[in-house]
Amino acid sequence: MSIRHGLLALLERGPRYGSQLRTEFESRTGSTWPLNVGQVYTTLSRLERDGMVTQDGEDDAGHTLYSITDDGRTELRNWFGTPVDRSHPPRDELAIKLAMAVGAPGVDIRAVIQSQRSHTLKAMQDYTRLKAQALADVPSDRDEVAWLLVVEQLIFQAEAEARWLDHCESRLVRLAEAAATEPPARPATPAVRRTTRAEGSRR
Amino acid sequence: MPLSVPAPSTGPSVDGPVLELRALTRTHGSGAAEVHALRGIDLSVRTGELVAVMGPSGSGKSTLLTLAGGLDTATSGQVVIEGQDLSTLGHRGLAALRRRSVGYVFQDYNLIPALTAAENIALPRELDGVSVRKARKEAVAALEEMGLADVADRFPDEMSGGQQQRVAIARALVGDRRLVLADEPTGALDSETGETVLALLRNRCDQGAAGVMVTHEPRYAAWADRVVFLRDGSVVDQTLSARAESLLTAEGAE
Ligand SMILES: Nc1ncnc2c1ncn2[C@@H]1O[C@H](COP(=O)(O)OP(=O)(O)OP(=O)(O)O)[C@@H](O)[C@H]1O
Ligand SMILES: [Mg+2]
Repeated sequence: MSIRHGLLALLERGPRYGSQLRTEFESRTGSTWPLNVGQVYTTLSRLERDGMVTQDGEDDAGHTLYSITDDGRTELRNWFGTPVDRSHPPRDELAIKLAMAVGAPGVDIRAVIQSQRSHTLKAMQDYTRLKAQALADVPSDRDEVAWLLVVEQLIFQAEAEARWLDHCESRLVRLAEAAATEPPARPATPAVRRTTRAEGSRR
Repeated sequence: MPLSVPAPSTGPSVDGPVLELRALTRTHGSGAAEVHALRGIDLSVRTGELVAVMGPSGSGKSTLLTLAGGLDTATSGQVVIEGQDLSTLGHRGLAALRRRSVGYVFQDYNLIPALTAAENIALPRELDGVSVRKARKEAVAALEEMGLADVADRFPDEMSGGQQQRVAIARALVGDRRLVLADEPTGALDSETGETVLALLRNRCDQGAAGVMVTHEPRYAAWADRVVFLRDGSVVDQTLSARAESLLTAEGAE
């Protein structure tokens, strides 16, 4: 998982101790996904168990240093070389909420969409301000560039959501218009149950 | 704390909003063919502020913008720019105000085909009495800002759609227009160029202009201080950014 590989990537640049890894992970990602030191040490001990890192003495201040092994490097290279799996999307609360809102008594689905759209756009405005700040001086060091990529990912993700909401609304409007002008058409045969790859075994 | 925006050099109403729409309606046609394009819009935009207008096709965004820019006349209600009610200005007064105070970016660019990029940008300035040399210099600088220094002497039909669009934006930003109105200013631009244009628009507002931009793109709307959602000719919702909120709160607490 990402913390594991994130730590391996940082360790590839030389031996480090636990809280140092935490600091570096956060400055790369602009504290978007804060780690606690406990998570870092748990992950390090699993990596150690799996032979991907090894304890490597202490620094002058007495911190235990960890370094990456050859197996760890192989694992890291595989990670960079393999696309992140998108065929098993995580559960999405908003999609579930809208799915439940369709035809729910006493729920105005367009109001649900609008309040989400407002909220999502507001989050985008805030991310965009962070981004504008990041761009105010040309990002030079590794951490600044990495943070810019992360904040832009947040923006693009929120944008996809906002666009999907626009689409949902116009789809609903169109369906409602069609329903108002045409006699309700019932399929003659029972609808075939649709399956998607996302469905099934998980969670 | 007052808004820390440089005070404008001119204008009868320095502290009031740059643009104010009051109970604005616009109805097309009559009887059965009546279309209510706008149904009572109140909106005020002040110096330093960039407002994005979003909404489905046909919700009245372009109508709002053309009324705000004095390009169309309201059925009822008022448009006030820098304290001046547009309906009280004569034809010439309106034309002068539009030229001097309002930069307008049209959905379809509206460049004059017989003029080069630089001439298109310089023309309104010359009409305003700026010397030809100065207007040319400003135009070239505006084109440089848009990353278009090399198209200065090309005619519109010798430029790509995205280049024409940026020339149209440069034309709206040149001089010291206090109000910039832009209808889908990024339609023909790729993602990176669109961002550059938004950053420029944002910057212009930070320096003391007021802006209203129509867009379908949430990512561009996110550069605004406020996003206004239109539906069927009415404002149904708006967002404030954290910055705008903190400015307003700080002001209110004063
Ligand atoms: N000259 C006109 N005569 C009649 N109806 C008009 C006229 N101009 C606009 N309308 C109607 O007014 C409504 C609002 O139009 P407007 O151009 O403001 O929409 P919009 O929000 O800009 O849409 P889009 O996103 O497609 O550009 C629409 O229903 C449109 O058909
Ligand atoms: Mg329009």
